[in-house]
Amino acid sequence: MEFPGLWNYWLVVVIMMAGFYIVIAQDNLVKKMVGLSIFQVAVFVFYITIARIDGGTAPIIGEGLSNYTNPLPHVLILTAIVVGISTTALGLAMIVRIKDAYGTIEDDEIQAMELEEDK
Amino acid sequence: MISAHLPTWQVVLPLICAPLCVVLRRTQATWLLSLAVSWVSFAIALALLQQVAATGTITYFLGNWPAPWGIEYKVDMLAALVLVLVTGIGSVCIFFAPKSIQAEIPGDRAYLFYTMYLLTLTGLLGIVITGDAFNLFVFLEISSLSTYVLISLGDSRRAMTAAFRYLILGTVGATFYVIGVGMMYQMTGTLNLADLAERLPAVADTKTILVAVGFITVGFGLKLGLFPVHVWLPNAYAFAPSVVTAFLAATATKVSVYVFLRFYYTVLGASTFDKLPVNEFLLALSLIAVITMSAVAIFQNNAKRLLAYSSVAQVGYILIGISLVTATGVAAGILHIFNHGLMKGALFLVMACVFYRIKSVEIADMAGLGKAMPLTMAAFVLAGFSLIGVPLTVGFVSKWYLIIAAIETQSWVTAALVLLGSLLAIIYVWKVVEVAYFRPRPDGATAVTEAPMIMLIPMWVLVLSNIYFGVNTDLTVGTAMSAAKALVGVAP
Repeated sequence: MEFPGLWNYWLVVVIMMAGFYIVIAQDNLVKKMVGLSIFQVAVFVFYITIARIDGGTAPIIGEGLSNYTNPLPHVLILTAIVVGISTTALGLAMIVRIKDAYGTIEDDEIQAMELEEDK
Repeated sequence: MISAHLPTWQVVLPLICAPLCVVLRRTQATWLLSLAVSWVSFAIALALLQQVAATGTITYFLGNWPAPWGIEYKVDMLAALVLVLVTGIGSVCIFFAPKSIQAEIPGDRAYLFYTMYLLTLTGLLGIVITGDAFNLFVFLEISSLSTYVLISLGDSRRAMTAAFRYLILGTVGATFYVIGVGMMYQMTGTLNLADLAERLPAVADTKTILVAVGFITVGFGLKLGLFPVHVWLPNAYAFAPSVVTAFLAATATKVSVYVFLRFYYTVLGASTFDKLPVNEFLLALSLIAVITMSAVAIFQNNAKRLLAYSSVAQVGYILIGISLVTATGVAAGILHIFNHGLMKGALFLVMACVFYRIKSVEIADMAGLGKAMPLTMAAFVLAGFSLIGVPLTVGFVSKWYLIIAAIETQSWVTAALVLLGSLLAIIYVWKVVEVAYFRPRPDGATAVTEAPMIMLIPMWVLVLSNIYFGVNTDLTVGTAMSAAKALVGVAP
């Protein structure tokens, strides 16, 4: 296999893992949400990539156009983008409430407080 | 004819009534609307079950677009049974809800609870009924997003963090699922589950499909509380409003297990397990879950969290059945989906009653409740028997079939560990019973009376159905058996 081959897929994996790493490693809740968004965007890129055909045009009937890019994944991703936005909005709204209740949005501090409560 | 459109009504009815709740706003009115919707949905689910039993699988093309171009709704035996469970539990929980919600959610926000409940119901029913992999994701997100809100309505600040952690893990799970579906689409060019099942065998050996199966397994594993990715579950259940916990514990995880069944058996086919032993992997994890989570439950001081850990263990039982890959095993799994819904629903409603009266579910605070709230605690004992698996309760029926299935495949270790899990269940149920019945109410504690009738009736309906389906097993076992045979591919 020639390197980088289908480099879009490499890109997807890199973005995905970067986002996922942020979700796991960051203690700041807002950063976690950002990581989650990046993670989801990687999946969007993945879907758009699989729709692509070499030399494919937009799916419009016209003279001399015979090779079309698959529009279905684009439609799916429009839906997924809406879902992603709702998730981010809900997550950020919750962070506001967490800040009100705990006075911090650092996960390790919140966990320390909760451990204290559980005793 | 309206009956031809029942599959869509099942999903559309709660969906259009959810925004109506926001418009109505008055707590009483939204409650009545949700109650009506739940009961009508329950009636629709029962009608569908009857129709499926009489004429076989129902398919419905949305907008009359034939599959695989349009989205297809499909109701088979298994789907119908899960629909009945979800709507049934919903009907009972909403009937139970008003007093409990009044005590736990500020009055001006109660209508939001009913709105979110209806959306969750829509999502869960949609997941079960749809025959399209991406449509399933959309319904999954409808149910998940509204579930996060429901959990965050809990009155302690811990509810908010529990909901947030669930949001992170739930979204990761759902996104994993989308990746898996994307890979399957890449290889087959279809999203229709039946169509996928036809086209997958040709490409089943490719790495892409194997990776897709991995992503879908982990994705839904996160949603159903598969050990070791169950970490969101105990706190979410412990700090959500009591009614929400009862509804979610009995339905949400069960629906995720249903998706497992769909993907492993309907889409991939049982023969996949020869190439990719996911089942052995699941079996090992489930056995660990049954033992360790039951053991962890014993050491909990909060009764709701105790039951939450027990839920993780019970999901383990369901997965054990599924991963045995025999008709009996899968039937045992399906039975336990239904039965565990009944018992955990009942147990968490008991916790709601207790919380309503003493404003706490710490086990230490429940001393003397056996005398003060005799009907409530008797319900706990009976539902607890069911959780343990005492004969004449539903818990016994599913464990019986599970052990038969284990013995049939000569996995003695599995059978032994299932029994050991039941013994551990005796200990944690006893822990609550002992405090409630054999310790006197502390001096100076406020007098406690029995929970109000409107809470007792729905709770006892669930408890008695635990007994009824434990004695009269024809309906559940028959349905589960025929569903399992259809899934595993044995001629019925």
